[in-house]
Amino acid sequence: MSYENKTTIKFQSVPENEKFARTSAAIFISPLNPTLSEINDIKTAVSEAVTNAIIHGYEDNSGEVLLECVIKNDTVYIKIEDKGKGIENIEEAMSPLYTSKPDLGRSGLGFTVMESFMDEVKVSSKVGIGTTIEMTKKIIDNGFKKE
Amino acid sequence: MSIMCTSENRTLIVKIIGEIDHCSSNEIKNKTDKEYKRLNSKNIIFDLSGVTFMDSSGIGVIMGRYKNVNANGGIVAAAAINKELKKIFEISGLFKIVKYYENIEKALNEFSLRG
Repeated sequence: MSYENKTTIKFQSVPENEKFARTSAAIFISPLNPTLSEINDIKTAVSEAVTNAIIHGYEDNSGEVLLECVIKNDTVYIKIEDKGKGIENIEEAMSPLYTSKPDLGRSGLGFTVMESFMDEVKVSSKVGIGTTIEMTKKIIDNGFKKE
Repeated sequence: MSIMCTSENRTLIVKIIGEIDHCSSNEIKNKTDKEYKRLNSKNIIFDLSGVTFMDSSGIGVIMGRYKNVNANGGIVAAAAINKELKKIFEISGLFKIVKYYENIEKALNEFSLRG
């Protein structure tokens, strides 16, 4: 049986919304009966992407972050989009331990975590326009029965 | 998220309860650094038994404290990490510099032996 569902949430770029975003994503995927480990993977990846949008995309400015979650059968598609300053060099930004803000005590592991916890991570960005992160994960061990 | 700091033999024990993310990490950094100084501590043990979620912001917190503590001749340890947290610790390579203990009692035992 095929199952499709989609949700879109827009929220202000304040740190308090990091928890809101990852918790919303976790609740949305619950019909797939994910394991605790799969839920944690998705929550962590969403948290990293939303934190990037807030800290790096908008820096100290206020803006809107978009979180889109799509379920198609047993796969979760997540998109996080900001209209912030964009990333000049995506390859450099994605390399482990790289951080453009060492003074903030950041680990520089955001993208590494996203890539480790999700099946696929795609980043597109334009300086001055914004950044979009698209991630997918197949929920493997589930009792998914939509009959 | 709440933080409780106690001290034993110049070892600061930082017990965190709740979720560690970018939003809560500043409070953890500030409180840990303040108590570390105030109590004239040498080592830090993070008791993570009450942590239900942690992203790379938590790694940043521990890495940052490691730098200060190491410069002060001390050791940083983490105790009681659940399965999910362990995954992010392993990805980060943090176990190379931070000692891991099953629970806070075991960590304290070893630290008190060292004096």
